[in-house]
Amino acid sequence: MDKDLVIIGGGPAGLAAAIAAKEAGVSDLLILERDNKLGGILNQCIHNGFGLHTFKEELTGPEYAARFIDKALKLEIPYKLETMVIDISKDGEYKLVSYMNREEGLVVVRAKAVILCMGCRERSRGALNIPGYRPAGIYTAGTAQRYVNIEGRMPGKEVVILGSGDIGLIMARRMTFEGAKVKLVAELMPYSGGLKRNIAQCLNDFDIPLLLSHTVVDIKGKERVEAVVIAKVDENSKPVPGTEEEIKCDTLLLSCGLIPENELSNALGVVMNRVTGGPLVNESLETDIEGVFACGNVLHVHDLVDYVSEESAQAGKKAAEYLKAKEGKCSCSESGNKAEASIKINAVDGVRYTVPSVIRLSRMEDRQTVRFRVGAVYKKAAIQVLAGDKEIMNLKKAALAPGEMEQVILQKSVLEALPDLTEVTIRVKTD
Amino acid sequence: MTETKEFTCIRCPLGCNVVATLDDGKIVSITGNTCPRGAEYVTNELTDPRRIVTSLVKVTGGERSVVPVKTKTDIPKGKIFECLEELKKVTVSAPVTIGDVVLANVCDTGVDIVATANIE
Repeated sequence: MDKDLVIIGGGPAGLAAAIAAKEAGVSDLLILERDNKLGGILNQCIHNGFGLHTFKEELTGPEYAARFIDKALKLEIPYKLETMVIDISKDGEYKLVSYMNREEGLVVVRAKAVILCMGCRERSRGALNIPGYRPAGIYTAGTAQRYVNIEGRMPGKEVVILGSGDIGLIMARRMTFEGAKVKLVAELMPYSGGLKRNIAQCLNDFDIPLLLSHTVVDIKGKERVEAVVIAKVDENSKPVPGTEEEIKCDTLLLSCGLIPENELSNALGVVMNRVTGGPLVNESLETDIEGVFACGNVLHVHDLVDYVSEESAQAGKKAAEYLKAKEGKCSCSESGNKAEASIKINAVDGVRYTVPSVIRLSRMEDRQTVRFRVGAVYKKAAIQVLAGDKEIMNLKKAALAPGEMEQVILQKSVLEALPDLTEVTIRVKTD
Repeated sequence: MTETKEFTCIRCPLGCNVVATLDDGKIVSITGNTCPRGAEYVTNELTDPRRIVTSLVKVTGGERSVVPVKTKTDIPKGKIFECLEELKKVTVSAPVTIGDVVLANVCDTGVDIVATANIE
């Protein structure tokens, strides 16, 4: 089977990318989704707080997803559910996408362009190296969320949560609503990894303590979790002897970070960013492999789905432009693009990474959003943008935190006005 | 007597740290908010704190056994658990469409509980 564009994943990223591509004129496209529904993780995020940027109203996850699903259906975008992509490889200028499902078995699609929208997954207990037995009752927060919100089953009654990521905070309230006693949330870092408002409305509203600079050092119980031992940690995140405290509980939820799900990208040989765990991309959200784009949480973990939708629409639009450009020219003139002048974006002084990490001026839109995260908590700081040595932006920030994504918008006209520009630097400036 | 109270505004993901100054329980000033919603939120928190409540109700004859729901607008914070108790008693039958009222005027708040997902 041949397709112009294959979109891997039918969550918020895949839906927004497909809609934008279709609206930009790509009609031969296909979404491949492994779940039995479109919408991805939004289906289990039944709390409100989505869509304030996109729709100017506060929606729940399933409502936000439904807006995009309805649009995709209206645009008659083809999709396959319960379909697992198992490999992507190169075949000359084409990409071979191998997928499996119950009806068709193994199918290989030859695509001109691919958008990677696989999302991310949670860091598991195995990845955290928590000592102790392996009893029942230990779940990632997202797994517990699926049990409660989709399957209508409660994972436990007395809960300790390790990690203060947003899913953990949301689940603290959710479990409380369903009658569980959430005893505490322990966070290894001296600051929370979640949004401030989730600490207010999910913990403070219900008097659930948040213990910063604490971790779980032991899990008790053989068949079922009976207790966990928490301890204070020092500035190197090492447990402080003598501070251990045993907390009786039957359930431990883990909300300790999200990891972009890039097995397919790695197998394809896409160059990755070691900080984000996602591909390195240019202004078009295109990876180092021509015609392979990436957006959403597979690219870098976002805090708000609104930004995922915005970013993914950009990827869809750029993939459409790529396909149009390919159509319009014979394959012999292909090499012309390679030597194009590009501007590297440096992330320094507290800025951990940027997406994109390189901009080709000729392909840049008039306004280019550059998203990034900082590595520590800053008060009364500024985000400074330098073009070469020249300051082109200085944005005052009352507070910056690793849990919240930041962005700057670069103007094409400003960059164009600086001849021989090869580097833009984004940094946190403190007084 | 003058006192100050601090709040994290929950009206949007910014989470502004808003400080209200009170004189004999009356609001004298509100600072730290980025937009008018922050002032409105803090005023409400001091007089009549309210929350949107999201949860589930049972559904029969559908692809899933539960359907997510929400209070259509916010309800008094003090009524959250009473509202959740009421939701436990509700069972709807599939199909369910987003916006369907599954329980009207929950706990005499004047606010309806509506479905937030489609269940076939």
